[in-house]
Amino acid sequence: MKKAIKLDLWRTMVRCRLFEEKVAEVFLEGKQPKYDLGSGPIGGGMHLAAGQEPVAAGLCAHLTHDDTLTGTHRAHHFAIAKGMSMHKLAAELMMRDTGCCRGKGGHMHLYDASVKFSCSGIVGAGMGPACGAALAARQMGRDWVAVATFSDGAANAGVFHESLNIAAKWKLPVLYVCEDNSWAISVSKEASTSVARNSERAASYGIPGAYVEGNDVVKIYKAAGEAVARARKGEGPTLLEIETDRYLGHFEGDVQVYRPKNEVTKLKERDPIEVFGNAIISAGETTAEELEQIKADAKKEVDQAFEQARKEPLPADMDAFKNVFTNEQESIAVAGGAK
Amino acid sequence: MSERKLAMNRAIIEALSHEMARDESVFIMGEDIGLYGGVFATYQRLFKQFGPERVMDTPISEAGFTGIALGAAAEGRRPVVDLMFVDFFGACADQVLNQIGKVHYMSGGQVKVPLVILTGIGGGYNDAASHSQCIYSIFAHMPGMKIVVPSNSHDAKGLLTAAIRDDDPVMYFFHKKLLGLTWLSYPETAVSHVPQEPYEIPFGKADVVKEGTDVTIIGISMTVHDAIEAAGKLQPDGVSAEVLDLRTLVPLDKEAILASVKKTGRLVVADEDYVRWGVSGEIAAIVAEEGFDYLKAPVKRVAHPMCPIPYGRNMENFCLPDADKIVAAVKEIL
Repeated sequence: MKKAIKLDLWRTMVRCRLFEEKVAEVFLEGKQPKYDLGSGPIGGGMHLAAGQEPVAAGLCAHLTHDDTLTGTHRAHHFAIAKGMSMHKLAAELMMRDTGCCRGKGGHMHLYDASVKFSCSGIVGAGMGPACGAALAARQMGRDWVAVATFSDGAANAGVFHESLNIAAKWKLPVLYVCEDNSWAISVSKEASTSVARNSERAASYGIPGAYVEGNDVVKIYKAAGEAVARARKGEGPTLLEIETDRYLGHFEGDVQVYRPKNEVTKLKERDPIEVFGNAIISAGETTAEELEQIKADAKKEVDQAFEQARKEPLPADMDAFKNVFTNEQESIAVAGGAK
Repeated sequence: MSERKLAMNRAIIEALSHEMARDESVFIMGEDIGLYGGVFATYQRLFKQFGPERVMDTPISEAGFTGIALGAAAEGRRPVVDLMFVDFFGACADQVLNQIGKVHYMSGGQVKVPLVILTGIGGGYNDAASHSQCIYSIFAHMPGMKIVVPSNSHDAKGLLTAAIRDDDPVMYFFHKKLLGLTWLSYPETAVSHVPQEPYEIPFGKADVVKEGTDVTIIGISMTVHDAIEAAGKLQPDGVSAEVLDLRTLVPLDKEAILASVKKTGRLVVADEDYVRWGVSGEIAAIVAEEGFDYLKAPVKRVAHPMCPIPYGRNMENFCLPDADKIVAAVKEIL
């Protein structure tokens, strides 16, 4: 793997991590003395992906802006790795008119059509649409691929089985990427899943499946590269199950009583940013200084994204009536009750 | 006797605890309800009390476990199913809409479905389009299911007890912002006196929360509290508002609605659900059909407009019903 690619992977992981850490901070603003989800510049539930950066970095390195990626309620890392501007993301979280969805979608309903990224708060909601993007690409004669990202819990949802069967039967250019962080809120994969690994389920659909261990960005990069190439060649879907680590709670504020003591401390011992950073330094491909610079630049990018967002205006109240339908007048008429 | 004030989530737990101790056929299924005690803390300590055979964590498989609940109920068990957010109902739409409410009918009365679905509703804390809905209207619209919408902890316990004991399928909607959670603000009026002993509140019996003479304000769940607040704001202006809490949509206390409108002559319906094609329209239609002569002014509805629930706080607050909007609606028809 070329040094430039390695540095890019590391940079992406750091950008994602620093962004999530910043969100965790900003999320707490306005929530003292009374912690209330509906207070502060960022409202509602918040689900952060600290620890899961390698999946986004390793996968999105193979994707262009023409490839579609659908995500879940925990998708900031995919948004950033896919190419969404941090500022647009920060502004959306902060309810600004300059946010990617003009304040309408929020953390669980992020959309950036320019990089074909979207996410949903309903488990499994993105699987069918990823297949749909893949189908459309084929209809239009393009070699574009689509990726459905989801977690271990979602592999037990009906739509997983339905959509994967269709994707396999129709040989759609799609990847199913399962982030196995072991937890579906409080329920472990082991407690809810009838097979040891979701990658085994690929056999039920006659498609290749692979389990990628160790939250390892290089292994993920390789496995994703193979799956993307297969899809682009018209060879159909692949199911990748990627072992990754969720450092924070299911949602911000989650006390995580269900998690074994010290589990997170142990997981952090293999922090992919540390591990991979040290590996590239040891291989003589970079220096600690260079990595520090990348980190400093990323921190600046994150801080500026939020600083800028803070200064920007909220949407007008009545903007709530726009974008219900594509025609603005019709949208306002129906939402406003005139029609 | 001193008041025993209990938050709604605790009242729900008490009802479940009583009923599960009383009747071994009652069991609970759902996501994160076991050790975790439910994401809305509505099942705390039940796992410890009754164990994994009766408090069952499920995978994320709504279609699967609601179907399982139906099958078990048909065999005489009494499952209580947790549908974490009502917005997740799409995953189990067929079981809920086509099967659970219809089996008793389609079987000519042979099969009973004594199950309860507990589900969280409501917005006002910026959880946006797919995590803030009420949409009890969708389920009320389907014949065969009883629809329960408690507004306070006292009613929550009594209605849940009745729901579990009822031989028909009941959907029980609790508003997340009425539970008394430490991380979600709630109106004080949601926390009421809850007797220690079990008790039932019959379905089809609305509560006159506050008597009045000039206008009837009907509230459902959270909007009962908005209505109470509105009544307080109208009082100094010399307007006496009567606040009616429907408690159950199916069966509906039509008599209470008509009696109140007969008394006051004016009606404002406050509903957090989308305004069109739902509960507020149904109430208005009933009054237009059967209470037309009582009305001195048109019926007014204060409800969420026909747009998805926006994330941004200012937009969401613009859309949601509140006391001020209710007051404005009342003043339009005085």
